[in-house]
Amino acid sequence: MSLFKIDLRTAMVTGAIGTSMLLTGCGSSSSHDNTVDMRTYEISVSNVTPNQPFSPVAVILHTPGYQAWVDGEAASSALEILAEEGDNSNLLSNAGDHSAYLAGDSGAGIIGPGSSENVQLEADVQNGVNLSVVTMLVNTNDAYTGINASSLADLASGDSVSFRAPVWDAGTEDNTEAAGTIPGPADGGEGFNAARSDNSDRVRFHSGVISNQDGLSGSVLTADHRFDNPAAVITITRLN
Amino acid sequence: MNIKKTVIASMLGLSAISVNVQAEQFTVKIENLTNGIFFTPLLVAAHDSSTSLFQTGTSANASLEAMAEGGDISGLAADIAGTSPTTAENPAAGLLAPGANTTTSMLNTDGTANDYLSIVGMLLPTNDGFVGLNSWEIPSTAGTYTFTINGYDAGTEANDELTTSIPAPIDFGTGTGGTGVAASDNNTNVHIHRGSIGDDNSTGGISDLDNSVHRWLNPIARITVVVQ
Repeated sequence: MSLFKIDLRTAMVTGAIGTSMLLTGCGSSSSHDNTVDMRTYEISVSNVTPNQPFSPVAVILHTPGYQAWVDGEAASSALEILAEEGDNSNLLSNAGDHSAYLAGDSGAGIIGPGSSENVQLEADVQNGVNLSVVTMLVNTNDAYTGINASSLADLASGDSVSFRAPVWDAGTEDNTEAAGTIPGPADGGEGFNAARSDNSDRVRFHSGVISNQDGLSGSVLTADHRFDNPAAVITITRLN
Repeated sequence: MNIKKTVIASMLGLSAISVNVQAEQFTVKIENLTNGIFFTPLLVAAHDSSTSLFQTGTSANASLEAMAEGGDISGLAADIAGTSPTTAENPAAGLLAPGANTTTSMLNTDGTANDYLSIVGMLLPTNDGFVGLNSWEIPSTAGTYTFTINGYDAGTEANDELTTSIPAPIDFGTGTGGTGVAASDNNTNVHIHRGSIGDDNSTGGISDLDNSVHRWLNPIARITVVVQ
């Protein structure tokens, strides 16, 4: 309800200034009405893994033109940096420059196993609204979980929807699990490396970490770093 | 479209005829999202409510076994032919590689009761693993429907993970000399596959599979159905 008041005030201010900026701003878009449709979403990211802390989560609202990645295709450099090092700044800034961008934010910090974090975003969704969420499983070479451009357009005010998120392999770094290659607390090793050491260099579903207790002798990981799908439960509530 | 059909039926005085009210034309896209597992020729079938290609918790028949152990879909296709399904056989024209996708031609179920979608294809290299979808109800509303599906175990062959028991039309990067992971299936009915275990020894160990290449977690594929 408070946001409705803000809408009114914005309209009044615009009216008082006497500009026609509202129409200009929507000049290139489609058949949609130029009707501002402000919505606020609360996105809750819950880490349900045994021992895979999540890097600060990137949360992006956008219209259908943007995708943080395409399954089966090579990852962008920004996604590579997030998936290898947990740094979401490039992904968020690239998204912010995209014509389909509506709103975005970073989570406040690491989301530990068993913990969750809420992020609120507000956007004008008159041209549609998709949600993308990305966060690294930091005790891996280049694994991440999240949501890939799921539509929130049909989510009614006050309603919630939950996604059980699988784990993807960015395909940018070979999953050696070797000492010095994993940035999380299991290793404290290297994060981002621009070399694409994974032979197939394409995003796919992760096949899981193996660990030195399940047959990969060179791994620094142990059984508790293993995970199964889903790794995260992501709940979106439309607040207005 | 459905309304129109009803109107026409009424005009013709055919109101007693029960026609399908489900999707009539649609395509099915299958994406292989695994790290290193190939899908053998896929059988994509829209069929009626009394037909299925497989069911968990039941024993695989010989046709399902032939598909899951050898990639041969002809037996399953013949089994269901009597119910006049709407099928796409082998849409990828061979193996569907990891990371690859294939889309069927337009499937038209107009005037049929083929309102349920099923998909199967063997997983290579595995003993008797297959990717499966069992009787997903095809929506009547035009739109794009996306979901993921799992890998199943036919329960017909021990998962020894040895190349001597796994067909290899191409080189899957498997090794040799394994002693065999398992001698028998505990669950001999169709069930969710536990995944392959592999090892990091290409000339020995317990498995001829590579644990950094041939493992997977479910789900393993994404299905996108576009209803016209």
